[in-house]
Amino acid sequence: MSENIKKFMFVNTKAPYGTVYALESLEVVLISAAFDQDVSLAFCDDGVFQITDNQKTDGSGMKNFSAAYKALGDYDINKIYIEKESLEERGLTLDNLMKLTYEDEDDDWAEKDSIHLVTRAELADLMDKQDVTISS
Amino acid sequence: MAKLHIVNKSPFERSSLDSCLSKSTEGSTILLIEDAVVGALKGTVVADKLTAAIANKNVCVLGSDLNTRGFTEAEILDGIKTVDYAGFVDLVAEHSNVQSWL
Repeated sequence: MSENIKKFMFVNTKAPYGTVYALESLEVVLISAAFDQDVSLAFCDDGVFQITDNQKTDGSGMKNFSAAYKALGDYDINKIYIEKESLEERGLTLDNLMKLTYEDEDDDWAEKDSIHLVTRAELADLMDKQDVTISS
Repeated sequence: MAKLHIVNKSPFERSSLDSCLSKSTEGSTILLIEDAVVGALKGTVVADKLTAAIANKNVCVLGSDLNTRGFTEAEILDGIKTVDYAGFVDLVAEHSNVQSWL
């Protein structure tokens, strides 16, 4: 099986709620976790708005799916890349985002950060190394 | 006749806010809803354009759409008013002419 593991990257570029791209992508990500692949997520452009903290949808009546991102660590999805320039262009910092963590089984289940802040150039390199790139 | 302009697309992805700002006249009202609400945030690359618009136009943002995306009134540019759904209805009722920028 191990020789069949491919590197999958899900590239999220759309804001949540206004269109259905963010929710659909998240569902595919959670499905992909069942196939033991090397999965990573990238958030760039308006995709960074998908993981802002304190999303409150009571007023708009939209389905709040933001908590599902916090479950990614439990599905062994712990490589989450945030593009620095996209945050800056939108007046945001990592403090505006949810804390996404995982428990490292190789390190006595220590809780570790899943989020990695990368530059646009670094993200381009990461994308280059993938076997499969799925963008939305 | 002052118009109500409604923008619902993110200014970081589409040019509809730009189009609206360039074609709306003094004294008109611009309401940001849905994905457009993030344009009202402080410190963004579109903040200067909106600040300029606030000087002679009435710029509003739909509060519930802001909260849905994880933001509050404290995080938006000074001079932009937050309205609720009732306020949205009032704006539509007060203006005889409404234009949506899709």
